[in-house]
Amino acid sequence: MKKVQVEEVKPLHSRRSFLRISGIALAGAGLVVAGCSSDDDKAPADNQAPGVRNGVFDLGGGDLGILTYAYALEQLEADFYTRVVNSNTFGSTFNSEEQSVLTDLYRHEVIHREFFKAAISGVITNENQLLPALEFDYGSLSFSNRTQVLATAKTLEDTGVAAYNGAGRYITTPDYLVLAGKIVSVEARHASAIRSLINPGSTDFAGDDVVTASNGLGQAIKPSGIIAAVSALDVIQTPFTAQFLP
Amino acid sequence: MNIIKFLESFTNEGMINSLNTKGSRRDSFTQLQKMGSVAAMAAIPFGLSAFLAPAKANTTTTFFGPTETPTEALQLALILEYLEDEFYAMALDSGIIPSADQAIIAQIAKHENAHVNFLKSALADAAPEKPTFDFTAGGNFDPFNDYPTLLALAQAFEDTGVRAYKGQAGNLISNGDLLTAALQIHSVEAMHASQIRRLRGQKGWIIGSDRGGLPDAAQAVYTGEENVMQAGFDTSMVGNFGSGSASESFDEPMTGAVATNIASLFIV
Repeated sequence: MKKVQVEEVKPLHSRRSFLRISGIALAGAGLVVAGCSSDDDKAPADNQAPGVRNGVFDLGGGDLGILTYAYALEQLEADFYTRVVNSNTFGSTFNSEEQSVLTDLYRHEVIHREFFKAAISGVITNENQLLPALEFDYGSLSFSNRTQVLATAKTLEDTGVAAYNGAGRYITTPDYLVLAGKIVSVEARHASAIRSLINPGSTDFAGDDVVTASNGLGQAIKPSGIIAAVSALDVIQTPFTAQFLP
Repeated sequence: MNIIKFLESFTNEGMINSLNTKGSRRDSFTQLQKMGSVAAMAAIPFGLSAFLAPAKANTTTTFFGPTETPTEALQLALILEYLEDEFYAMALDSGIIPSADQAIIAQIAKHENAHVNFLKSALADAAPEKPTFDFTAGGNFDPFNDYPTLLALAQAFEDTGVRAYKGQAGNLISNGDLLTAALQIHSVEAMHASQIRRLRGQKGWIIGSDRGGLPDAAQAVYTGEENVMQAGFDTSMVGNFGSGSASESFDEPMTGAVATNIASLFIV
């Protein structure tokens, strides 16, 4: 993967200078639009395609950037549950109900990851625009420790819900919006199940920490906030940037 | 959807429940007698019953129109939230919720009430009035005296809510703030759905178009959930997990018309 990234640098130099020129044109257009619309600027520019910039993969902007961002998050979730269910102590660490839930979550997240890979592959104009397989390291997390695994699962599912809720408004293609909607409710079902495994019979399945009590709204966090939170976990080892995402 | 069939099937389920819980033949006999009149009521076209209730006619017309504009999408959402809000408030008043589940039902009730207030405030003058609900669907089943029935209805309402909000997302795409708020409610409904399903011994997610133990007539809540083709990609081909896991991984949207039909069964 890294070799591919290095090879990418050459052609990108010319793309980068193009970027600068069209960036000026975009700013001008933005000024005109600003006078007549209060909507967020959702128009993705061609020069915001995902790909390696300065040797680091950037998730890109526009709808394709949001899809790539979702693909990165699903890679993380899928990798985590793959390690959970393949741990030698899976059968002894978790009771049968927990094993059933975690196995389902593993399958769902792998399916989500493969779906995004296929969907992105279908719309990109060259294969270098596809986010590579990310590398992960969970540090001191013990996959034989029920409390640690469930707490990490809770963090990841809560993050997924907030991420999709926060990204929805930046999607311009109705079909992609519906697809994000199809996935976010499944992530929310996961979050609820994991939370109830941790603290059964309590209000935690939809706790006041993730659902604002006064208006009943779940969390919505824009990509920059999610990426900062995920980076703080220090699990994703492959560097990437998101300079075109809000 | 065949409304009469829906009611009859729920009725049969209700009879089974009352036989199991009370062991009384008279209960089921009384329910059998009620069936006829309820079926007749259900046979009245909805437009006509709206006409018969002139005080609510305008509201009803607005709500049961096509959901295309952001306002119409939120009006549909508010009707569904009214339904859930009243249902859970009555559930809490019923006294039949086991103490082990009390905190869960109260938390859901709190959210549904907050959703009603949020949507009423967002819609302001365009907010429809609260309809009159009948959660027995004319005396055919008894959610506030029979806890399994209460949970079964709750599951149907929550899974319907998730699909209905999803079906309205496209209608809100022009307004980022409203879309985000709707998504935020949508995910909370999904958290509720998962928990209610798990209280019933079901998985928190929907397998194929399986009703999760609900009667035949509730099929409209789940039809379409079996889809495994997402943007042209066959998700059932991933990892040999099969179509069950593939369908679980994606919840499917429901049209405003289908959501309206389901809600109508509980509106007088």
